[in-house]
Amino acid sequence: MTMLATEAASQAASFPILTALIVLPFVGAIVVAMLPGRRPELIRQIGVLFSGGVAGLAVYLATQFDSHDGGFQFEQVNSWIPDLGIAWHVGVDGISLWLVVLTGVIFPLVLAGIDPHGDPKPYTAWMLVLQAGSMGAFLALDVFMFFVFFEIVLVPMYMLISGWGYSERKYAATKFFLYTMFGSALMLVAILALVSLGSPETGLTFDLQALAEGQELATNTARWLFLAFALAFAIKVPMVPIHTWLPDAHTQAPTGGSVILAAVMLKLGTYGFLRFGLYLFPEATVYFAPLLVTLGVIGIIYGAVVATMQHDLKRLVAYSSVAHMGFIVLGTFALTTQGISGGVLQMVNHGISTGALFILVGMLYERRKTREISELSGLQQAAPIFAGVFTVAMLSSIGLPGLNGFAGEFLILLGSWETRRWWTVVAAVGVILAALYLLWAYQRVFHGEPTDADADTPEMRLAEFGLLAPFLAAMVFLGVYPAPVLERIEPSVDRLVSHVESHSDYLRPVDAPVVLPHEHSDDSHDEGGGDH
Amino acid sequence: MLAQLTNFEAPSVDWWILAPQMILVGGALLILLLTSLSIRKIPSWVSTLIAFAAGLATFVVAMFLWYDVQDHGARSTLAGALGLDGFSLFFTVLTALGVMLTTLIGDAYGSRERMAAPEFNALLLCAATGAIVMAAANDLIVMFIGLESLSIGLYVMAAMHLGRKVAQEAAMKYFILGAFSSAFFLYGIALVYGATGSTSLTHIQSATLTLEVRGTPPELLFVGMALIIVGVAFKVAAAPFHFWAPDVYQGAPSPVTGFMASVAKAAGFAALLRIFFVALPGEVTEWAPIFSGLAILTLIVGAVMAIMQNDVKRMLAFSSVGHAGYVLVAVTTGTAEGLASALFYLFTYTFMVIGSFAVISLIGWNDGHDIGRYEGLARRRPLVALAMTVFILGQAGVPFTSGFIAKFYVIQAAVDDELYAMAVVAMVAAVVGAFMYLRIVMTMWSRDVEAVDAPPLAVSWTTGLALFATVAVTLVYGFIPQSLIGFVRDAVPQLVAGG
Repeated sequence: MTMLATEAASQAASFPILTALIVLPFVGAIVVAMLPGRRPELIRQIGVLFSGGVAGLAVYLATQFDSHDGGFQFEQVNSWIPDLGIAWHVGVDGISLWLVVLTGVIFPLVLAGIDPHGDPKPYTAWMLVLQAGSMGAFLALDVFMFFVFFEIVLVPMYMLISGWGYSERKYAATKFFLYTMFGSALMLVAILALVSLGSPETGLTFDLQALAEGQELATNTARWLFLAFALAFAIKVPMVPIHTWLPDAHTQAPTGGSVILAAVMLKLGTYGFLRFGLYLFPEATVYFAPLLVTLGVIGIIYGAVVATMQHDLKRLVAYSSVAHMGFIVLGTFALTTQGISGGVLQMVNHGISTGALFILVGMLYERRKTREISELSGLQQAAPIFAGVFTVAMLSSIGLPGLNGFAGEFLILLGSWETRRWWTVVAAVGVILAALYLLWAYQRVFHGEPTDADADTPEMRLAEFGLLAPFLAAMVFLGVYPAPVLERIEPSVDRLVSHVESHSDYLRPVDAPVVLPHEHSDDSHDEGGGDH
Repeated sequence: MLAQLTNFEAPSVDWWILAPQMILVGGALLILLLTSLSIRKIPSWVSTLIAFAAGLATFVVAMFLWYDVQDHGARSTLAGALGLDGFSLFFTVLTALGVMLTTLIGDAYGSRERMAAPEFNALLLCAATGAIVMAAANDLIVMFIGLESLSIGLYVMAAMHLGRKVAQEAAMKYFILGAFSSAFFLYGIALVYGATGSTSLTHIQSATLTLEVRGTPPELLFVGMALIIVGVAFKVAAAPFHFWAPDVYQGAPSPVTGFMASVAKAAGFAALLRIFFVALPGEVTEWAPIFSGLAILTLIVGAVMAIMQNDVKRMLAFSSVGHAGYVLVAVTTGTAEGLASALFYLFTYTFMVIGSFAVISLIGWNDGHDIGRYEGLARRRPLVALAMTVFILGQAGVPFTSGFIAKFYVIQAAVDDELYAMAVVAMVAAVVGAFMYLRIVMTMWSRDVEAVDAPPLAVSWTTGLALFATVAVTLVYGFIPQSLIGFVRDAVPQLVAGG
């Protein structure tokens, strides 16, 4: 559908790169499953090879991505179940692009750098299945296809938590599975109702664009359907008060699982809101936006307050996720280009910062076999490099200017200020609270007098630093120079906001500042363009 | 009617229509003949081979007839008593596949548990014949004959494990309750006959459309319908007529349970769909509410009771009740898509449930199938555990298994018919049921047990083949269900009056 600008891009389009992103890790999983179990090194290498190949493709995709185009690129449509109007339809736009890159890059890092402490063969295979499923969910432009991938990622994550997790893993894994499945169960009914009521005259279709552009649902119907979708996504995000599966799942999951859960799987919820909530039900989105923004802000404050109270370092990071995801929800339902762009950026940022924090907590547990804050103190003396890396990751999570968290949070607050002033004020308090709980935890763990056990804590090894180095580099890069990322996000977000405007009585504030100063103003956002 | 004829003329017989039934009965007779005439003891594999070959031949003939029907249309024989349409052939194919898989699984199980192979296989073929007759019947009396052949075969098969008291008890329970339900069914037939003046579905269909004209009270028909529903609901283990299922599923030999949960259930639904969709479509406003009540109750009972069990066979029994609930949701719609989705569900469920009971038949513990027995199965037999995981996740409705597409299709049919509340109940029941399925998966893959002091798990090649086939079908139709959707959409039931 999209005319690609350059010769190279059109060549790339002929190779089904997006399908390859989904299929390659799945093939890898099958290959790993067939390897002999006695060679853990080979298994790990093959796993890294396949997921690394996906990372390479994803990065290549980002370089070939046309930043002037807000529509779907690299689209590919194949027949799948024509009798039911279902197609294999994949495409990428600015909203999904960086989540695809994040999904591509983070898996090989996790597979290469984190020891699962258990049978590596099924672990690696499940990880690759998880990568394939997450990719599929981010790339799907067919509602059925999205649902399938949204649901299938539960299985590998369930297996990872229940098989390689900590002592309460079975309880946590089951809770995780059932919570998420409950949400998606109702979403399935909503999807089918949407398709049944909203399909064009020509026949049933699950195609996202056809459903979004062509549907004429009754206002009330659309609101009900939106609520069903929203429930599924709110559980996944997770939003207060349906977040209770998250601390358990995060705490009990193995380190690799926690990283993926935070970096990739929670994003399915916020991404789902953007791709399916706003796009399919613009009127209902505007109608329910105050409710969702309120829940998001409650999440920010609640997550921060509860995080402050935690004794377990990993649980603290888990609750900080609740707060961070609240910011993304706030940005999304601010319904301004800045807010949503900031939200998309923050999805990536949260993956990087929280992923790094989970890795660090995992390393700490390997050293000390405890995550209790009260049992640790003065680690800075024994392991200064470790403490230094922790500081950077923590500051990135807090949102210190110059690191990635700031760019995202700032844009979100900027965007929501235009439409939701008081909520923004409350949310800004959350930024301060984040500094409070993280710095306080840091102070208790790394400062003070080390006990004998603390003094013997080993320093970070080179391999461990190698795992974290890409995270640190990304934190600094996105903090200092987020423009290349934002300029790819923004056209798509702008298009989405225009879609919401044209399908509801919502009008975005006209005096909203632009995200980036644009030289190339061939895109259709004139509201912000007048400012410079 | 026959009395009015002065010169009795036998109706013409289209032997091709009877071919599947004849092959299966012929196979059964051949097994019995060989066993009784032979001086020396015949090895058990001979009867397995004959039964498998009969199933295969039935499958081939049915596929041949399928294309014939698609090209030349449906027809009937024996004065319209037995029909040949896409619907009957769909169930013929399904039954033939069920027979083949069950013989494969029964072979190793029978020799391990010292179960008489010839009797098992002969009864299996007889029961399968009954199932096909039920699906093909165009007359309620013929349908009853099919139902009884199927049931009597199953009563005996359930009791075949002579060494186990629970099997005897289960069979007795099944027999008494089954006979009771058959009586309900028969009484229903009688009342419908009273209301419409015929047992032929063709006549019933035309009669119900003119009931008011004839002045017969419709209450008679309604009571008859209700009694038929009771009789069939028992066979398909729909709540509140499911009470036999857990005990019988638990007590019966595992290969028999697999057959019972798949083919017998499918045959029950075949009868139900043909009676209500084809013969009584005019009364849809009367019967759809009954089915919706049954469906909701069945879904809830199946899901809630399943999570309270500790015996894997009982878990799957209640899960089987729950699956009947999904098919009933499809039945409630009364639409063509509902019918197609019901067939899709039955087809895919057949493979998942036979596969599950194939794995259970391997475990082979005499003191029950407590879930603890499955602990660490993945360590002892990773491939068997993987196969079981596929079946269990399929039944839970996880994507990329045929079970997901089946649920999806049923819910789509329900939503298309604006049965939103029922769709929501069905999906919530799926979540509740998932708890039980997860428990089985988690137990199998548990790392907590280091060494299991269990007898070695021998997997014969026949069982291995059956497992491979069922896993393959479950996964293939999970990824590319298009061909099966086309198949079930073409499997429309038709009534052709006999000449």
